Amino acid sequence: MTIKSDLPQGTLDLLILKVVALGPVHGYAIAQRLQHVSQYVVRVPQGSLYPALHRLENRGLLAADWEETETGREAKFYRLTRQGRAQLEKEAASWERLTKAVGLVLKMSEGGAE
Amino acid sequence: MTWWHRLWRQRQLEEQLDKEVRFHLDQHAADLVARGYDPQDARRQALLALGGSEQVKEECRDARGTRWLEDLAQDLRYAIRTLRQRPGFAAVAIVTLALGIGGTTVMFTVINGVLLRPLHFPGPDRLLTLNEQTKGITDYRWGDLWAYSYPNYLDCKQESRTLDMAAWRYNGGTVSAPGAAEHVDGVEMSSELFPILGLSVARGRTFSPEDDRPGAAPVAIISHGLWQRQYGGSPAAIGRPMVFEGQSYTVIGIAPPGLRLAFDADVFTPIGRNTSAFMLRRDSHPGIDVWARLKPGVTPSEAQTELAVIGRRLAAQYPKTNAGRGFLARPLRQELVVEQVGDDRGKLWLLLGAVSLVLLIACVNVASLLLARAISRQRELAMRVALGASRGRLARQCLTESALLGLAGGLLGVWIATLGSRPFVALWPGGLARAAEVQLDWHVLLFALGVSLLCGLLFGLAPALRAPTRDLEQILRAGVRTLAGSSRRLHSGFVVSEIALAVVLLVSAGLLGQTLLRLSSLNPGIDIRNLLVTRAALAPSILANPARIPSAWQELLDRLRRVPGVQSASMVDTVPMREGNNQIGYWTNAAVPEKHQMPLALSSSVTPDFLNVMGIALREGRFFDDHDRMGSKPVIVIDEVMAQHAFGNQDPIGKHLWIPDMPCIGPKGETFYDCTEPYEVVGVVGHVRYWGLAGDDQARVRDQFYYPFAQVPDHFLPRWSELMSIVVRTRIPPLDLLVSLRREARGAAGDQVLYQVNTMEQLAGKSLAEQRFLLLLFGLFAGLALLLACIGIYGVLAYITSRRVPEIGVRMAFGASARDVVRMVLRQSLVMIIAGVAVGVAAALVAARLLEHQVEGVRSVEPWTFAIMICVLVAAALFASFLPARRASRVDPMRALREE
Repeated sequence: MTIKSDLPQGTLDLLILKVVALGPVHGYAIAQRLQHVSQYVVRVPQGSLYPALHRLENRGLLAADWEETETGREAKFYRLTRQGRAQLEKEAASWERLTKAVGLVLKMSEGGAE
Repeated sequence: MTWWHRLWRQRQLEEQLDKEVRFHLDQHAADLVARGYDPQDARRQALLALGGSEQVKEECRDARGTRWLEDLAQDLRYAIRTLRQRPGFAAVAIVTLALGIGGTTVMFTVINGVLLRPLHFPGPDRLLTLNEQTKGITDYRWGDLWAYSYPNYLDCKQESRTLDMAAWRYNGGTVSAPGAAEHVDGVEMSSELFPILGLSVARGRTFSPEDDRPGAAPVAIISHGLWQRQYGGSPAAIGRPMVFEGQSYTVIGIAPPGLRLAFDADVFTPIGRNTSAFMLRRDSHPGIDVWARLKPGVTPSEAQTELAVIGRRLAAQYPKTNAGRGFLARPLRQELVVEQVGDDRGKLWLLLGAVSLVLLIACVNVASLLLARAISRQRELAMRVALGASRGRLARQCLTESALLGLAGGLLGVWIATLGSRPFVALWPGGLARAAEVQLDWHVLLFALGVSLLCGLLFGLAPALRAPTRDLEQILRAGVRTLAGSSRRLHSGFVVSEIALAVVLLVSAGLLGQTLLRLSSLNPGIDIRNLLVTRAALAPSILANPARIPSAWQELLDRLRRVPGVQSASMVDTVPMREGNNQIGYWTNAAVPEKHQMPLALSSSVTPDFLNVMGIALREGRFFDDHDRMGSKPVIVIDEVMAQHAFGNQDPIGKHLWIPDMPCIGPKGETFYDCTEPYEVVGVVGHVRYWGLAGDDQARVRDQFYYPFAQVPDHFLPRWSELMSIVVRTRIPPLDLLVSLRREARGAAGDQVLYQVNTMEQLAGKSLAEQRFLLLLFGLFAGLALLLACIGIYGVLAYITSRRVPEIGVRMAFGASARDVVRMVLRQSLVMIIAGVAVGVAAALVAARLLEHQVEGVRSVEPWTFAIMICVLVAAALFASFLPARRASRVDPMRALREE
């Protein structure tokens, strides 16, 4: 059994943007993919997925169209806008900087303890 | 998608949200079933994973960012529903507010049009008015500013690189062909005037520079109105002749309807053709108006600097006339708005202030009504707080309700303003300058909206702040019939302020009434009954030949005297209580000082009948007779005020006065204003209230003297004849004789007209018109305030006593009589009334001061005015409180106690 950790504040938006960047996708698929990709390490609260999607749509980072799925049902497909792509790049870069910095700090304190 | 868009498509968004969530759940459940779950279990699992479909939806709605709007819509629906539950309350509140807001909006519409709107010319900010400015010499009225002389204008215009300049002057006269003869107002103007102002003609053409020079063929532009009257609106009028002041002009253009410069004129002619001697003088000239437009890219201060340079150069070139004389450019707005509107400005703001008081009373009234309702709704509100509504949310809802009331009142108020502004302007005594600018525009709408919302906030605040938060349990458990001390104090506060505001308006109205009573009982100094006053224009052919003028006037007077019903007739140049006057300085010995150091007197040239026709009292000596003529010693008659000023207690008869500005033949011949020979005082007559019944006491120049028209030298006669009026004393109501008088005056060529016809009674009435108009308005406002205050007192007392029914029941059970109860309630209301009166009297004294400054003839308020107005108020207020008091006294003690 893996230990699940909660998603840090603000990273849900980043993850959503990243998933949607791969191509138009509906909400359920986003939830599925987040779960698969994170290999159940990160607990994505399904309840906050939709409000987040709507918020991103309102901010103009996502756009949505109603399209048919392979099963023939109509679903709301989200895709990244140009503004959304820029935002994704910005946030991904800053995330990387942050994790690198945090990693460095953690290593340093380990070394200090020896 | 904008928030507005989202709100608009709310329904569609809701459907989509539902569909999206449903799709998620179905898909998840299907996946679980595929993995071997039982379908029902799968559905439950999916729902659990999502965390409840309704909760998710609600969070999505929040994410939309239109939450506050949805709340607002909900509040509005709620407010409309609660207002519709009590239509009586809503109607009273809305009508009350509509009266207040409507009145304020009417006043603002007028102020906006008259004072705030830009000039009615394109590019109004770049228009300037130019004056000559002197150092040291000041005139009492215009200070150191003077009208331009024509040569100075020509020099400035030629040398200026910063300004496009144009000149004009008033030039009224008689149009005698092609239609019936009529006297019209006219303007002599330079050809640049229309282009500078951005004006054009509706038909034909404007003046070219070729029309505007000496010796050019006479051409004229006529107004739309004159075109209709003289040519029946025929397009063929262009190129046709028109006879104006005895000269034939070719009509070249017709002005668009409503065209006006500083006043409405009917005939426009080029000023450059005028070669009269006085036009060419730099001193003692009639004066012209100079208007200018800044050339592109030039600032006003650059133009002013240039004018100063030109002024210095002209002073060096013409030291005799131009030393110490410069030129000043001011915004044209200054002349057309500030100076033309003049004293009316203060009155307009005063009226806005007065009507704002009415609005304030209306607000207080509605506030107390709303508060009473809020208190009876306390349980409902407490219930909603208990169910989770925040205090802010409740306050917002209360404010929504009052804002809705305010806006409804405002809407009705704007409607009142659209109906009321025009009649208001039309009724303004003596006509309001820039009246044509008074119209509803977006400034007015914005004002009305602002006032409505402000009112809503003002009267909604108290109930909103009272939304309960603490002691919910107690409120919910307690009976409805409790009234906290704080709200009773608030209610009393409302009544006190209403009474105080009403006192201010009542005392102001009383003060104006007192003034009007006093003024109407004043003796004008003349017998105003059966007296007709009219200006008369001699035939232009006669004016061209000064030697014929005296006999022409004599003949005209004789013809008028022969009309049956006419008792006597006389000539005079300036008529009391009508616009226009002639003020000149005098001195009591030959060592005459500088012009501006002499005392001023009003001078009138008259014929010997004048005293009898007007009914002025002869105090001493004699009036003129036929022996006072050209060549006999120059004589004058002074009034008692001037006698006192000039000679104190000495006997004025036989004394001499030096009056250099009189029309006479001086040592250098027939020049202007250079009399060295003194005038002998032969009589003293009663003072005439020349400046009107109201204005005369405070007028700056009250000295009056008369001189014989027969002693005016020929040289001056054409000019004097333009100014002459005729006064006719009749045996029957004077206007009945008008037709026959006009017919007799016509003359041989049918081109002599009587114009500006008034009876002396009309003129005397007009001199009080302003006071009467203000009294009417203040009376209206005061009446409205009284009514509103009474409704307010009634409402508050009815409310307070209804809350006190159990207490009253107890009192009656313990033996209080109905009379005791009435007395108790009345005592309570009397305390509030007296407090209100005390505050109001203090404020009223301030208001009275304002009126004293703004309105002619108002003196300090008399005690009996205060007494009467306060009695009226207290009586009305007590009457309003009597009804709830009586109802309280009829309380059945048993039932009251059982209700508790």
